[in-house]
This record gives sequence, structure tokens and C-alpha cells, in this order.
Amino acid sequence: MSEKVIETAPASGLPKSRINWIALAPWLYTIAFFLIWEAVVRAFGIRPTILPAPSAIWGALIQYWPAIQRHSIQTLFTTTLGFGLAVVAGLALGLLVGWSRVIYAGLYPLMVGFNAIPKVAVVPILVIWFGIGTIPAVLTAFLIAFFPIVVNVATGLATIEPETEDVLRALGARKMDIMLKVGIPRSMPYFFGSLKIAVTLAFVGSVISETIAANSGLGYMMAAAQSQFNVPLVFAGLIMLAVEGIAMYALMAWIEQRMTGWAHRSQLANT
Amino acid sequence: MHVPGFVVSKYRGEMSDPFVQIDRVDLRYGGAGGVLAVSDLTLSVNKGEFAAVVGPSGCGKSTLMRLVTGLHLPQSGAVTVGGNRVNKPVSIAGMAFQNPTMLPWRTTLDNILLPLEIVDKHRHRLRKHRAEYVAKAEKLLATVGLKGFGDRFPWQLSGGMQQRANLCRALIHEPELLMLDEPFGALDAFTREELWCVIRDLHAVSGVTIILVTHDLREAIFLADRVFVMSSRPGRVLNEHRIEFPRPRELDLIYDPQFSRKVQELHSEIADARQAA
Repeated sequence: MSEKVIETAPASGLPKSRINWIALAPWLYTIAFFLIWEAVVRAFGIRPTILPAPSAIWGALIQYWPAIQRHSIQTLFTTTLGFGLAVVAGLALGLLVGWSRVIYAGLYPLMVGFNAIPKVAVVPILVIWFGIGTIPAVLTAFLIAFFPIVVNVATGLATIEPETEDVLRALGARKMDIMLKVGIPRSMPYFFGSLKIAVTLAFVGSVISETIAANSGLGYMMAAAQSQFNVPLVFAGLIMLAVEGIAMYALMAWIEQRMTGWAHRSQLANT
Repeated sequence: MHVPGFVVSKYRGEMSDPFVQIDRVDLRYGGAGGVLAVSDLTLSVNKGEFAAVVGPSGCGKSTLMRLVTGLHLPQSGAVTVGGNRVNKPVSIAGMAFQNPTMLPWRTTLDNILLPLEIVDKHRHRLRKHRAEYVAKAEKLLATVGLKGFGDRFPWQLSGGMQQRANLCRALIHEPELLMLDEPFGALDAFTREELWCVIRDLHAVSGVTIILVTHDLREAIFLADRVFVMSSRPGRVLNEHRIEFPRPRELDLIYDPQFSRKVQELHSEIADARQAA
């Protein structure tokens, strides 16, 4: 046997260092970002109504914590619900669109057009239908998160290697066989990859809706704080959104890694 | 060497017993104004025979593969496989391409078992008789020199090993017809020669009919009983050569002067076909 097995363990070419700078870098860069921000605000004497310093934002976070916590949970709830609906519907429509070229051709312009509509313009319509509150926020999150999932799932199905399809069809495979054995497993990395994009977009959707038409949620809280010129509280809301966004993104990245690790490893092996 | 599940057959199909027959076939891609890929294509391959098809690039060799397996239907003329007119995908053929197309989320063993999940004869038996099929796949892996590699994922194997596994996948359901489209094109010279011997031995111990499409004239002459030379597009068969070197053939054969003459003969024929285009 003249061939060798490709090692799975990535051999690191870097000399071993006692400090793992790559693991530390995200924390160091984030701390540096806030320190520079603080320094700039102090050095130029910027008023807190224009740009509050991180220390002022921290103060607001502590001062208003019970309210912030309530609104944060509300936003997390609407976002997660809208995102969940987007996952179910996006997966279903993605499979349908990837199934048939006719459906793909027919629905594609509709979906692109739909995606081009600013979701902020849809919120008033949702309010007319469902009134102010949670439902428009959930639906806006759903509408905005839905598109990348559909497109990614459909792409995964549409890019099956023609040779693979030939091999299976020459064995008498039906369309359903090809979908179940190749198409769906193959589109999973695309699907899980799209979840990271979709979940951050879902936050955008729910906060837009809460800002315009709600009486709870971070969007509502920031709009209210803004009208009272409580700029540190507005920024505290932004920080909370960023934290929730990062947490959800990290969760999706973890799920992706767990579910479709083979896709990352096989790409590594190919390069 | 023994390949599991195959009946040892000395029968070479020397007599006229056509298993695959292509009769005056035209195939045009992309509607009436499209490209005529093959025109007036006629050839027949006997049962158990090893046929190779060579020709200038773009001569419709791959079209021929797709015609025989029923993935394309001819606009005129007829394709017959095993006595039946081909009017849908044939479902008895094993196929292997230059690109091994192993599914990266399945282990090598599960990749090899994939055809059994598709072919009607096996798909309903697979769950109950899995152990029996796994044993068969493992024996097949051993024949191609991949013993013990069944639990590796395809991306853990080198290109040559993936192509060996690909051959196992093409053979697991004991097809009557094996279609090989440039299966060794992407491999280095040494691995390619090793795999020539693998496929030679697989053919020797089984009754399988093989059609090999290739650019490599030495490969065609070393392996085949008959070599068909195709013209430039639109492709048709210009000539066929019976390769009389006795079997079993050893790799040394390729350094034989007679072998070289045969290569040269084919080479000049294809060069002429290119000129004519």
C-alpha cells in the first residue's frame, strides 16, 4: 500500500507559547475598544447626551437593571420565537424550492422582491392586523430571518454534484431517494451556516418593530429613553442587544459545529 | 484473488452475444438548434467483454456513458442493454467517474453500501441482512487493498484510496454492467497502474461487462478486449481494434514493442480524427 492516510488532527506549525493569544484576543480587543472609547470621551469632554462614556453606560445598566432585565427578556423572547418560526418555514420552503426547478424559477423573483422590501415598512401593516405589542415584533423577526435560510437550503440542494446524481439514477434512484440520501444531508451545512446570519437579523427585526409599535422590549425602552434624553440608557439597551446577539450567534455556531463538523473537516482535508 | 459474490467466469463473450447495443443513435443537446453530440453512433459490446472507448476530447465519450445508462435518451436510433430497449435509467449499472463523489458525511463503508439503499432488489433486505452486506463490503474493500479502512471518512483517505472505494461502491450490488468514465484520470502514474491491476482482476473473476471511457491509450489497450476509436464531434465510431494480448496481462506488457506499436497506431488515428475536425 503506497498511500498514506491523511491525519485528522491539525498539526500546528506554530511554536508553542504559554499564552494562547488567539483565545485571549477577543477579550483583549473588546476591553481595548471600551478603554479607547472611555479615553476619547474624557479627553475631548464629550457630553453624555452626545456620546456617553462606557462608565456612564455601566452606571445606567446598574441603575435601571430591573427594567433593562425585563425588556431584555421580552426582546430575547420575541426574537427567539420569530427566529424559530423562520427556521421551520425557511427549511420547509427551502426544501420545496430546491426540489423542483419550476418552483425555484417561479418563487425566486417573488422572494427577492419580498426580501427587498424594508421590513420597517411592513410593521405598520402588522400593527393594523394584530395591534401593538409582541405579535408584530415576532412576525418582523420572522420575516427578516426567513430569507437567508431559504436561500441557503435551496443552494445546498441545487449544488448536488451531477456525477453523484448520475451514479444514483443509474441505480434506479427516484427523486425522493436522491433528496433523502444526498440533497438533505448535503444542504445541512448551508442550513446551519445560515442560522448564524438569520439569528442576528432576527434581532434587527424584533427591535425595529418594538421601536415603532410596542410597549415593552429593548426597542421600546430605547425609544422611550431617547425621548427623555437619557442617552446612557439608550446605549445600555444597545449593549444588551449586542450581548444577546453574541450569545445567540455563539449558540448557533456551536450547534453548527456539533451537527455538521464533517463539512469543516472535509474542507480542511481538501485544502 | 477472489471477489465476493461473483461467479468465476472464464466466458469472455467472444461469440456474438451483444449485451450493450447502440444502433445508429443521434443525440442533440439543447433542442433543435443545439449541439449534435453524437451522430450515427453504432457499437455493440458483448456480455462479459471489457470495452474501451477513446477519442479526441469533446467526442461525446461521456454522452455515450449517459446513453448506455439511460440518463439520456437518443433522439433517433436505439440503445439496448441486456436485451431490453433503454427508455429510462437502466438501474443495473455501476458507475464510477474521475471525481470519486464519496459523500463526506458517511464513512467509507456506508458510502459503499449506498447503492444497496437504492437498488430495488436490495433496499428492502438491507436493514434485516445488514451484517451480511457489511461483510460483503468489507471483503470488497480488502480486494482493492483497503482492508480496515471502512470506518474512515472519505476525506481521511487519499485520492487513490477514494477511487478504490469508489470502485467498491460501483460493484457492491453486483451490476451486470460497469461504466467507468476516466476513473483514474486524476491519479498519479503509480497509483493509476495499481488500479489498472485492481480493475483487471475484478473483471477477470466476475462476469461483469465493462465499458471504460478514457483518454489514456495505454490504459485502454492494457485493460480492454476491444478499443473503439471515436471521431470528433459529432461523435461516431471510426474504428474498432481487437486487442489480442493474452490474459492475464502483467504490467510489463506496456513495455512490449507490440504494445507500443498498438499505442502508436491508435494515437495516429486519433490525431487524424482531430485534424478532420
